[in-house]
Amino acid sequence: MAAAILRTEGLTKIYATGSVEVQALRGVDFEAAAGEFVVLLGPSGSGKSTFLNIVGGLDRASSGTVRFADHELTTSTERALTLYRRDHVGFVFQFYNLVPSLTARENVALVTEIARAPMRPEDALAIVGLADRLDHFPAQLSGGEQQRVAIARAIAKRPEVLLCDEPTGALDSHTGVKVLEALTQVNSEIGATTLVITHNVAIAEIADRVVHFADGRIVSSATNAHRRPAAEIVW
Amino acid sequence: MSVLRVKLVRDLLRLWPQVLAIVAVMAAGSATLILGVGAYATLAETRAAYYERNRFADVFAEVTRAPKALGEEIARIPGVAAVEMRIAKLAVLDLPDLPEPASAMLVSLPDRREATVDRLHMIRGRSPMAEDEREVVVSQPFADANRFDVGSRFAALIDGRRRELTIVGVALSPEFVYAIGPGDIMPDDRRFGVVWMSEHALAGAYDLVGAFSSVHLRLMRGASEAEAIARLDDLLARWGGRGAYGRRDQTSHAFLDAELKQLEAMSRILPPIFLAVAAFLVNMTLARTIALEREQIGLMKALGRGDLEIGRHYLEFVAVVAIGGAGLGIAVGTWLGDGMARLYGDFFHFPFLVFRRSPETWAIAAGVTLLSAFAGAAQTVARVARLPPAEAMRPPAPTRYRHGLVDRLARRLGLRQTLVMVIRHVAHAPLRSLGSILGIALSVAVLVGSLWVYGSMDLMLDVTFQRADRQDATLGFVRERPLAALGEVGALPGVTVVEPFRSIPAKIRNGRTERRIAISARAAGADLSRVLDRDFRPVELPKEGIALSDALARILGVGVGDTVEIELSERNRRVAKATVTAIITTYLGLGAYMDLDAAGRLLREGTALDGVTIAYDPVREADLFAVLKTTPVAAFVALQKRAMRIYRDTLEQNLLVMITVYVTLGMIVAFGVVYNFARISLSEQGRELASLRVLGLTRGEVSGILFAELAILTLAAQPIGWLLGAGLAHGMAAGLENELYRVPVVILADVPATASGVTILAALISALVVRRRIDHLDLVEVLKTRE
Repeated sequence: MAAAILRTEGLTKIYATGSVEVQALRGVDFEAAAGEFVVLLGPSGSGKSTFLNIVGGLDRASSGTVRFADHELTTSTERALTLYRRDHVGFVFQFYNLVPSLTARENVALVTEIARAPMRPEDALAIVGLADRLDHFPAQLSGGEQQRVAIARAIAKRPEVLLCDEPTGALDSHTGVKVLEALTQVNSEIGATTLVITHNVAIAEIADRVVHFADGRIVSSATNAHRRPAAEIVW
Repeated sequence: MSVLRVKLVRDLLRLWPQVLAIVAVMAAGSATLILGVGAYATLAETRAAYYERNRFADVFAEVTRAPKALGEEIARIPGVAAVEMRIAKLAVLDLPDLPEPASAMLVSLPDRREATVDRLHMIRGRSPMAEDEREVVVSQPFADANRFDVGSRFAALIDGRRRELTIVGVALSPEFVYAIGPGDIMPDDRRFGVVWMSEHALAGAYDLVGAFSSVHLRLMRGASEAEAIARLDDLLARWGGRGAYGRRDQTSHAFLDAELKQLEAMSRILPPIFLAVAAFLVNMTLARTIALEREQIGLMKALGRGDLEIGRHYLEFVAVVAIGGAGLGIAVGTWLGDGMARLYGDFFHFPFLVFRRSPETWAIAAGVTLLSAFAGAAQTVARVARLPPAEAMRPPAPTRYRHGLVDRLARRLGLRQTLVMVIRHVAHAPLRSLGSILGIALSVAVLVGSLWVYGSMDLMLDVTFQRADRQDATLGFVRERPLAALGEVGALPGVTVVEPFRSIPAKIRNGRTERRIAISARAAGADLSRVLDRDFRPVELPKEGIALSDALARILGVGVGDTVEIELSERNRRVAKATVTAIITTYLGLGAYMDLDAAGRLLREGTALDGVTIAYDPVREADLFAVLKTTPVAAFVALQKRAMRIYRDTLEQNLLVMITVYVTLGMIVAFGVVYNFARISLSEQGRELASLRVLGLTRGEVSGILFAELAILTLAAQPIGWLLGAGLAHGMAAGLENELYRVPVVILADVPATASGVTILAALISALVVRRRIDHLDLVEVLKTRE
């Protein structure tokens, strides 16, 4: 196994809402190797999203450490986290979060303008199969297409880490498969370590490794002996 | 309380900053209305009460010397309620601590009885004893300015003889609310006062025993002033009457009236601007609130709430805001109005103030505010009422953007995507963007429309004192003198230039339009006191005919080449015709000018002088003043530099209050508009901005997007604001203009610059307030949920 690019140790997260404290993470130890494709499974409230947000520098842990390569994220400043996201991380969310006033190409350019060694927006969109939809606004694209623009936007910076939270959650199966294809293709082409959260067990088969979350902990981690191509998945 | 009411209260609390901004703008609108109307009502009421209590006269006339026996005939003029025959003379004063000569209007008080007209309001002390020729009562402003009190002494040149006077009382009079010395344009309380003496003393001094030089009448209610004036003129003609006149031409009343009318005019110009902005803000905020509540609206309808009920819920929201705005405006406006009335009351030395509350104005202010708010809300609320529940419960379709000019431009210029985003967002809701631009522009306009007056004042002063009347001093003779007097004045210490003038009281008319003026006659080639053409170039007065100020020409409706009728107020009111030979520029009064020789021909007599204008060597000023204070050369001495300083000080003091109020209001509008726009924009784009933060844009870069949007609107608003401000300035100038003075509209470059600076500052402050929210965007939360 290649060297770990992401590593967490004893990660906990406690949300204080009013007088109630919710413990979202109860000590998560995790490692991912460079270029690994990991699917995170688990019921709602099991801590997957919280974990992903902390690893992505969107949120802070209550205790424990997160290391990306040789950066310590837990002690980083707000600005350092912003730079971490800017330079190393790509995000894909369930609800795409595209800027409606920018075209597909422009949404991708939002990132390439500020990244250090980005690909051309057109190339990023070509990878996700949208070379012919460059100048469409989000409102003119289908849900799957919008999600693929979001993926293109996430990978255009050539991130070391690609984090996807329910990327197919809002899509039908046929469109979802297209999105998964895009993700696996990107994973293999640019070698980004990819973490995908999903409720959909079927999707687990496309991963190198499947990690199960429950009650704020990792309860199992299993490597797939055989990765199935995304096109073969159905649900 | 119904659930919808609970929702209403919570909505108001949740949106409090935006609600507050709208309330502030609405309050500004109703406050300016209440302020202007309230201060005017109080001052007008006070003036009326003061006039009534102290029996201010209705008709006035000066005469050379008329026997008191004439009083009976005057009293028989139909409609006359009271007649007071008095002696009124100008005299030079020598005040102990004042180097410059001062002057006073000496007015007689009836011996051993109270005056029937123009009664004094005694502040301190008592009336003079009839038999004591040294006892005087002085006007309060004059006493205050010179720190005089009962027992103080000063000297006066009464008919050429120096007399020591002792103050026994300090008083106010409705006749001298606005006490302006001859040759002055603003009250100079240090150098001009009213001095009341016993009739016995004055009659003795001026050889007017059994005679009078001034008569004031009070008319019965409904009596004809014009008829009384005509009959009085007939009676006084053979005694050297100089033409009777009504309150309109009485100096104090005319100035007071002009000031009050200006105050009233101001209360008409600003409120509509604020209310229009408020209506727009209501529209913008409500539209956004409702857009966010679409699903709730659908749900409420699905649960069986009626369209009307839901529409009413939102109208109630607007009503609460409007009532809050109007209420605050009425409270602040009443408070400011009282303050303004006190300020004016002090300036005019009213002995008391009658505060007038006008609930009808409050009702109007509240009604207009509500109306403007409902107008702003109507369209949005109607749309809510029409919204079918099923459609409402579905989230709105994603905002559709289209390719357009912006794209081509952005591509050509290679703009950053964040900037493209900004431009598309601004262009996407053009009405809202234009409305915001207009709102900010109006705040710029309010500032331009009030700040310009400083430049205007400078121009007025420059034209009046530096280009037209450039003399150091004006000396008015006690009675007209031959040309030889020029030499006498020229021999006074330090005097370098002497130029003669004549002042001819007359009525000038064209058809039925008539004005009472003093024709000013100057010698050919006069270089101190000059008349100016439209471009402020000095013009030589034509040898024949009459030159009119542009204001007078406009009132009479005449131009160069037309003929006007001149009715001399003296000399049996002979009527002559004169051709208008030039139109000249003045800002003060209604001027008419003639060549000195032409004036002689008009009067059918040789050249005589009423006074001279002089220039003198400042080094010898003290010597000159010493002579003027002690020898009977002049009845009054007007000093130009001092007059200019007082004029500037008084105006600046009065303007400072007005400007402070307007700048505050302008900032409130700018802040309100920018803040509301920023909040709405943030609410619409919050999700996008959070995504950008996730993508790795810094707080600064993300704030920059919103700031850029605000900057585009704010900058686009500036030139529009300047133009609107220029329009507003013209409107204000029209409101300020009267027959006593005109206000030239000059907008110097620093005015728009300052106005823009202030609005940009207000925009910046509101942007910084909103930035705090951007910094605290919840990146995780916003990504988990649909909008």
